[in-house]
Amino acid sequence: MLKVALALAATATGLVLLLSYKTPDPTARSAPPPAVAAPRQSASPGPTAATSSRTVTGSSAGTPFGPVQVRITLVNGKLTDVTTLQHPDDRRRSVEINDEALPILRSEALKAQSSRIDEVSGATWTSDAYIRSLQSALDKARGG
Amino acid sequence: VVRYVETVMGTTAGLTLPDETGDGRGPGLAAAVYRWLRRVDSVYSPFLPGSQISLLRDGGLRPADCDPDVRGVLALCEELRERTGGYFDAWAGGVLDPCGVVKGWSVETAGELLADRGVAAYSLNVGGDVRAAGRDWRIGITDPHRSGRVLTVVTGTDLAVATSGVTERGAHVLDPHTGRPATALAAVTLVGPSLTYADAYATAALAMGGPMGCQARRWLCDLPGYAGFAVTATGGVWWTPAFRAYAPDLPPPERAG
Repeated sequence: MLKVALALAATATGLVLLLSYKTPDPTARSAPPPAVAAPRQSASPGPTAATSSRTVTGSSAGTPFGPVQVRITLVNGKLTDVTTLQHPDDRRRSVEINDEALPILRSEALKAQSSRIDEVSGATWTSDAYIRSLQSALDKARGG
Repeated sequence: VVRYVETVMGTTAGLTLPDETGDGRGPGLAAAVYRWLRRVDSVYSPFLPGSQISLLRDGGLRPADCDPDVRGVLALCEELRERTGGYFDAWAGGVLDPCGVVKGWSVETAGELLADRGVAAYSLNVGGDVRAAGRDWRIGITDPHRSGRVLTVVTGTDLAVATSGVTERGAHVLDPHTGRPATALAAVTLVGPSLTYADAYATAALAMGGPMGCQARRWLCDLPGYAGFAVTATGGVWWTPAFRAYAPDLPPPERAG
């Protein structure tokens, strides 16, 4: 099962993003989700604080049109960027689909920068693969 | 604010609960919503051999022996066929496929589930079909032709937004009167109070088509309670008069296709 829980907390410094967790069956879970990832206490580092930046590559996720793979960048534990490494482009059909899906979902992942839109109507095959690759990157970032 | 995303029904389902936290009621509410959506998938998917819809289609199950809510959805399909002049037809391809309403109906029902638990504000987006309530929501309508472009933004505090389009899964909507894929419109968005009807009407309007979607446009203009926005296969855009009330950011009227 794939699960991404993004707990968004608007603060004076912006967004705190809790990385994802996996559970075999959320219906069997009564405890609150483990808030494991982001160093919440350091959301606003002082001017002399060291900046910790890392990138994590997600696994390649399949679609009927080819694989999708993303790389995420975390600065001080916060998701700051999502880069698409692979997307299906060997057929005109899939180019059309990706032209629409990937930039939109990129902004979905970076909701702090696109807060004027809450949801997007119009979905594609690649949206699911994008979420799967993003999920795996978030899992790796948490465990690694 | 807490937001959940899971893969269900072969697509992405995102739930946003503005008044909840990941430490409070949020996880339990999300679990209830996704449990419901997974149950709908297992019962209604025409792609799962053992689903009640597959058994009905293949003659292994009589309607009288289905779950009560399945009989309710079958009755709803019949009602929608009549309301749309036959353009919403769960038997369009000759085999039972109620997908054109099940997604919208299941998301609408999930919203009722949340309301029953005292949740005033939520948005649930399953593969681009959105039900949002309880605060000011802004929902982008994407351009099926151009990279990452949001054509307009629909706003409201209690609304349903459903888009049916050929970019979702190829040209998958058939004109039930000809049996051929409908190609005049690239995407149709319906906005109104219930996602059950918005979803089915979007499917019907896409199937209606006509030159530049004129047949769909005439029908949507006369449809009470729902507003329509469409992108034609050639990149034109039109909307019904009721749509402007939902979309204050609409481009100038001369852009209408």
